[in-house]
Amino acid sequence: MDASQKKQLAVMATKIRMAAIEGTFHAKSGHPGGSLSAADVLAYLYFAKLNVDPQNPKDPKRDRFVLSKGHAAPAYYGALAHKGFFSPDEIQVLRHVGAMLQGHPDMKGTPGVDMSTGSLGQGVSAAVGMALAGKLDNADYRVYALLGDGEIQEGQVWEAAMFASHKTLDNLCIMVDNNNLQIDGTLDQVNSPYPIPEKFAAFGFEVEEIDGHDFDAIEAALARAEATKGKPYAIVLKTVKGKGVSFMEDQVGWHGVAPNAEQYEAAMAELNAQLAELEA
Amino acid sequence: MADVKKIATREGYGEMLIELADQYDNLIVMDADLAGATKTGMFKKAHPERFFNAGIAEGNMMCVAAGLAASGKLVFASSFAMFAAGRAFEQIRNSIGYPGLNVKIGATHAGISVGEDGASHQCCEDIALMRTIPGMTIINPADYYEAKKAVAAAAAMHGPVYMRFGRLAVPTVFDDDYKFEIGKANVLKDGTDVTIIATGLMVNEALIAYDMLAAEGISARIINMATIKPIDREAVIAAAKETGVIVTAEEHSIIGGLGSAVTEVVCETVPVPVIRVGVEDTYGRSGPAVELLKVYGLCAENIAQKAKAAVALKG
Repeated sequence: MDASQKKQLAVMATKIRMAAIEGTFHAKSGHPGGSLSAADVLAYLYFAKLNVDPQNPKDPKRDRFVLSKGHAAPAYYGALAHKGFFSPDEIQVLRHVGAMLQGHPDMKGTPGVDMSTGSLGQGVSAAVGMALAGKLDNADYRVYALLGDGEIQEGQVWEAAMFASHKTLDNLCIMVDNNNLQIDGTLDQVNSPYPIPEKFAAFGFEVEEIDGHDFDAIEAALARAEATKGKPYAIVLKTVKGKGVSFMEDQVGWHGVAPNAEQYEAAMAELNAQLAELEA
Repeated sequence: MADVKKIATREGYGEMLIELADQYDNLIVMDADLAGATKTGMFKKAHPERFFNAGIAEGNMMCVAAGLAASGKLVFASSFAMFAAGRAFEQIRNSIGYPGLNVKIGATHAGISVGEDGASHQCCEDIALMRTIPGMTIINPADYYEAKKAVAAAAAMHGPVYMRFGRLAVPTVFDDDYKFEIGKANVLKDGTDVTIIATGLMVNEALIAYDMLAAEGISARIINMATIKPIDREAVIAAAKETGVIVTAEEHSIIGGLGSAVTEVVCETVPVPVIRVGVEDTYGRSGPAVELLKVYGLCAENIAQKAKAAVALKG
């Protein structure tokens, strides 16, 4: 990846982070922490990887993306809006009565959303179903699912993993946003799913663990996922919850709390400074 | 009535899936390690490339079905009622119901008539659970023929459908010429003193009760309510107006099922007494199905008795 593309992706990731802060601030609720940790991988997927067309969001040939960790919707909406699926203005009324953008993704009402999610553990199974459909139709599209690391405590994730592996769905790539924090504390304090790569490997996946904020690493891992035949692929993204906003980073309290006016101003100032530096 | 054919509704489910395979290129059948019992095994044999076994993982099966449906497939997902509506309730609600995906749930072994396996497998709560999901269509066929027609009708409509089938071989009420329509009740016998609205295997019991009541000079209207949601409000309102009292009969809890659905309509339109025949807020027990149905009052004798009690309420 050349420097200009990397810079461009960093710009998009920053804009996604700004959308997450804007959305949660105006909604007075939502999940900034896990949105910020996922911003880089979302930027890479939507601005360097996924074959999707905002003018034809239901194209049967498109790649599919399922946000299984549906609470990262503010970042997801940022990616979709900047990609052109809908106006970024929608972010301002996220979670408002009558608004298009729901607290968690709604495939019926939001262009670009491939699956309604929010109840953890279910999106990954739907992604498996999409990958199976792709195999049945001899279609070239690939299916990506982004899971939370707390989410993999759900038994259904492993039911889905078992099935994906048994059906040799090598058109499926599962990514785990391993920011190490869930609502009640660190993963280890709550109910440890570690070691994560070994678990997916035991379920028949080809697995790797990478820095989830490194575009080169994300690119290389996704390329290896695509080149792997006969097995589904899992990428464990080592991330920082709240990444990009200093006072939110690695803080368990920022899972499901919106910034107040002062925090909003501070967060946006930081992100604007990052953007200015990138665009300088 | 000497030579009545007895066959389980689940047989109609399995057979119709095979018939529909040619009509719908996109038809996929899933099961959760119960293909022999749910009768999807017949489909597996006929179309192995379109059958997927999720193993004993009903929650995942429902969401994989949702993902297939989101990719243009017409999916029939099958298990026992207990594990389809029960275990996978939230998956059905959030991943099939909320996005309105084209998944048909084939739930067999519903009710007390599961028999010897006992309470853990005797699901008498599934209609109640499914009825609360917005946009869910619920069909509980009375016999083999209606089951086949219901499966075809479910395939022909877009959106989620919950189909309820039984394990037990039960007498047929209809034949191949029967015209089934989702949301339409059938008046099987007309009458003026009381209406008995029945669903599933209780329809045949209601028809037997009709004769018992006729022998005592009571004129009963017998309605088959195969579609429990959306319920045929017109048929219920007409029954309330024209016969003044209603008895409901279902192999399901008296809470949340057909009895509740009928009562809701009656209370809001033509308030008349409704007596519910069903499983009276209790768990099942092991035993031969035919005997259990009598033990739990899911029989013509109890329907007739309740019908007489209903008529008595008219004063």
